Amino acid sequence: MQQEVVLAMLAKEPSYGYQLRARLRDALGPLGDAMNAGQIYVTLTRLEKAGLLAAEKSADGADRSDRKVYALTPKGQQRVAEWIAEVSWPRPDLAEFHLKLIAAASAGLADPIAVVDTQRRELLRRLRDAQRAALAEPEHSKAALLLEGVVLRLQADLRWLEACEKNWTHRRSGS
Amino acid sequence: MSEATDTPVLRARALRKEYGKGEGLVRAVDGVDLDVSAGETVAIMGPSGCGKSTLLHLLGGLDRPSGGEVLLNGRRVDNLSEKALSRMRRADISYVFQSFHLMEELTAVENVELSALMAGHSPRAARRRAEELLDQLGLAGRSRFLPSALSGGQRQRVAVARALSNQPLVVLADEPTGNLDSAATLDVLQLFNELHEYGQTLVIVTHDARIAATADRMFSMRDGTFVDETRLTGGTTGKLGALVGLGD
Repeated sequence: MQQEVVLAMLAKEPSYGYQLRARLRDALGPLGDAMNAGQIYVTLTRLEKAGLLAAEKSADGADRSDRKVYALTPKGQQRVAEWIAEVSWPRPDLAEFHLKLIAAASAGLADPIAVVDTQRRELLRRLRDAQRAALAEPEHSKAALLLEGVVLRLQADLRWLEACEKNWTHRRSGS
Repeated sequence: MSEATDTPVLRARALRKEYGKGEGLVRAVDGVDLDVSAGETVAIMGPSGCGKSTLLHLLGGLDRPSGGEVLLNGRRVDNLSEKALSRMRRADISYVFQSFHLMEELTAVENVELSALMAGHSPRAARRRAEELLDQLGLAGRSRFLPSALSGGQRQRVAVARALSNQPLVVLADEPTGNLDSAATLDVLQLFNELHEYGQTLVIVTHDARIAATADRMFSMRDGTFVDETRLTGGTTGKLGALVGLGD
């Protein structure tokens, strides 16, 4: 998990590590199942060392990371403000698949349309998984909105595969 | 006659439909084989003009094939008389259309009970069954509404309730989300999931990947034939989190 995300999820109020994890679970639903609690504590420790977080031991004085209360330092607040203002966005790597089709066709490695078909099968299965997860979410779930995003992206990818298929069908019949 | 349990509910063999002659000959459906088991949802996807709607019409007896066979529960139906065919369309097969085909001057419950009334059921029994279906489909409070007072998703639910009212062997759906916005599409997706869990056999023709993804199997259709079959129920593709860049 990105450091800024962990930081921002603590911006509301000083929290225990388990409260942070509960917030992430609530926001991500079934998508958060891949989240590793150990990694989150590693991130918290790093943020603390970098001076972005201040950790306070709990009343019983234990020094375990799950018993500490974490709060943003002024430097941490500054970093969160910058992160909120950023416009970075994940870039889908379409070039790889595009080049795969070109290489498959030019070197005779495989029929590009068969490659598209195989890829479509995989994306449809992912779409099915994401959709079933979305339908299983309770009303007003935050995770449902995230799953909707997954579904829309997969739909866009499937449309692009359609365009790939059309293009390669056209080239094959044209040659 | 007792049937083996593995007899497909719906089967097509070398199914063909041609229009025109000579130079102008169009092979709309060109040698389709299909087996649909009881309780299965099958989706047929393809670009417009690939023949998928024509295929659905052949399967449901709305149109007669140029060649090949259609079997319903192991019985040939492509060569039935007009009278037997219309009985089959009333009793064994139901349609859900893109444009709902609801009667605008009838309330939701009146639309749903219509086919039962036409099949000769008593008004009381038809009404009870229609109310039950609307109830099951989450429209209990809206049974007296006219279609114009319902949302797109709700209208499609009424159309599905009507399709189920004669307890058909198969429901055939032609672009069921074609006219719906994204929220209503989700509603229809939910509905098809419910039908599937309820054990209803479904064949859906669509160009909407979201609807296709609710199916157990998906066929890609091009130029009148199936070019690819995808089983969607087989193993998952890993953790959901990977789809949004979480986890490894």
